[in-house]
Amino acid sequence: MLKKEESPIYGVTAEYDSPEALMAAAERARQAGYVKMDAYTPFPVEGMSHALGIRDKWILILMLIGGFIGCLNGWLLQYWGSVASYPLNIGGRPLISWPQMVVIMFEATVLTSALTGVFSMIILNGLPQPYHPMFNVPGFERASQDRFFLCIEGDDKKFDLQDTMNFLSGTGALRVAEVAK
Amino acid sequence: MAVAHVPHEKPVDPPVGDQEEYGMITPGHTYGSVTQKIADSVMRRPISWSWLGMVAFFGMLLGVMLGTVVWIVLMGVGVWGINIPVAWGFDIINFVWWIGIGHAGTLISAILLLLHQGWRTSINRFAEAMTLFAVACAGLYVSIHIGRHQYLYWLFPIPNTMGLWPQFRSPLAWDVFAVSTYATVSALFWYVGLIPDLATLRDRATNPTLRKIYAIACLGWRGSQRHWHRYTALYLLLAGVSTPLVLSVHSTISYDFAVSLVPGWHSTIFPPYFVAGAVFAGFAMVLILAIPLRAFYHMKDLITMKHLENMAKVMLATGNVVFYGYIMELFFGFFSGNEYERYMTVNRMLGPYAYSYWALIFCNGIATQILWFKKYRTHIPTLFIVSVIVSIGMWFERFVIIVTSLHRDYLPSSWGMYHPTFWDWSLYVGTMGLFTTLFLLFIRVLPSISIAEMKELIHHEEQHGSH
Repeated sequence: MLKKEESPIYGVTAEYDSPEALMAAAERARQAGYVKMDAYTPFPVEGMSHALGIRDKWILILMLIGGFIGCLNGWLLQYWGSVASYPLNIGGRPLISWPQMVVIMFEATVLTSALTGVFSMIILNGLPQPYHPMFNVPGFERASQDRFFLCIEGDDKKFDLQDTMNFLSGTGALRVAEVAK
Repeated sequence: MAVAHVPHEKPVDPPVGDQEEYGMITPGHTYGSVTQKIADSVMRRPISWSWLGMVAFFGMLLGVMLGTVVWIVLMGVGVWGINIPVAWGFDIINFVWWIGIGHAGTLISAILLLLHQGWRTSINRFAEAMTLFAVACAGLYVSIHIGRHQYLYWLFPIPNTMGLWPQFRSPLAWDVFAVSTYATVSALFWYVGLIPDLATLRDRATNPTLRKIYAIACLGWRGSQRHWHRYTALYLLLAGVSTPLVLSVHSTISYDFAVSLVPGWHSTIFPPYFVAGAVFAGFAMVLILAIPLRAFYHMKDLITMKHLENMAKVMLATGNVVFYGYIMELFFGFFSGNEYERYMTVNRMLGPYAYSYWALIFCNGIATQILWFKKYRTHIPTLFIVSVIVSIGMWFERFVIIVTSLHRDYLPSSWGMYHPTFWDWSLYVGTMGLFTTLFLLFIRVLPSISIAEMKELIHHEEQHGSH
């Protein structure tokens, strides 16, 4: 199989002034057959993930796993401390019983699942990432303020510098620019 | 080979005035204008004399706190007024008071998010900051009240050469887990919410050093949709886990009392009534902070009358739950048929600390009833005064629960009185200095209103029309 030649640039980006325009452009790009693309927006735009075909449920799954591990650890910690490591006979009461364990198990569940969630988000997103090609785009500082960017990446099968630029220019973009690597 | 259709320009949307409006946001705000307004309140606003004066004053109180802490570590907790029978005094009163205040922040950021209450958006950031600072004050109390400070780490389940563990049967051990989890999760929630805003500040910073600091703090956030996708999932799930957490924290604190056998403490009503009281006190503190914040920082267009009124409604509702709790306590006291419970109830109302009981009834039960009227809910001075009264009332609540229950329990020969000393008061006033100094610094270096969420709100209002 012939390996596709690596694109010399990161991609082509188009800038829009509203989330609606960006959404329409993303949908058109998908219909046109582009797959490898990303949007850059100052706030999460509802429906954008769907328009770009992003389906990722890892945060939910990992937080759930983290929660179970935390809960189990909360139990193990108390069992170890009260029964195995240092049993204390207090008025002949059982060394361990479930009502005494509920609070710590619950707190351990919440703590572990929250920590797992936050670190999963950071790691899966590849953060912290000081450099990214998109930061080369002139005017990209407004992607965190009031502008909306769509970037079709150079690795996309259908990517062709001139064609893609023409395509994006026809989607109502304020500006279209190459993104240097 | 860039095809430039529009020249680069800075966002120059006309500023929207901060006139009084009734809506979630004053109409006319755009993505650019909100960004500019909130970011500029951090980055372009010159440091004012009034701010410096406040930092100087509360910084001085912070100094009082540090001095007191040093004195207590040197001399031991005997410098406080605590003794047998009242071995819990201002330390626990103020611990519970501070941590209760924190609860409103988590309630606003988590529970109101899950309930789709759009009005939480402009108040959640500083309410979360308030939570962190209040928990810091509470944490100071728990770490200092233990007496032998070198053994602080014994609170945590750390394997040690003595083979000892915390007593997992004790609510005091549960408390350590609840409060430390609460502090950690609140900090995580707050930081995650800040990431996109830190990126906005990075992109607006003109000073290169400042730009670098914000760039590091936001982890290089670039607003990628793939990132937002995971981010929004995380934010919602964090709200989901924080919701039971916030309810559990004050319930656990109430077990410190309810699981014991002291008359006046051993009561099943404690967990719900503590949680309601925490939210009640917390909203009062949010109002105490929000009213000056919106006035001095000209944020009346973002923190509107609607926000204040809604907070007043929450305060009224939780205040009535608390008041119901007081009435039920009276009922339990007499209905129990238990001599000690009955005496405790009478002693609260007519004993040597009767003033604190009646202050509590007035502050938490009666003063808030004025909020039934819209006229007063939307009258800012009234709202501010009621909030201050509620804060005082909730402090008295903890005083009544702790001191009047302990000072006369089962054996009349071991009855006694509790008199707070200078060091009790200086630490309490000092923690207010810590809290306020941190808050004053926070509003200068971080956006006190979430920029990204405000833009989401504008987007939502544009799509669905404002109601």
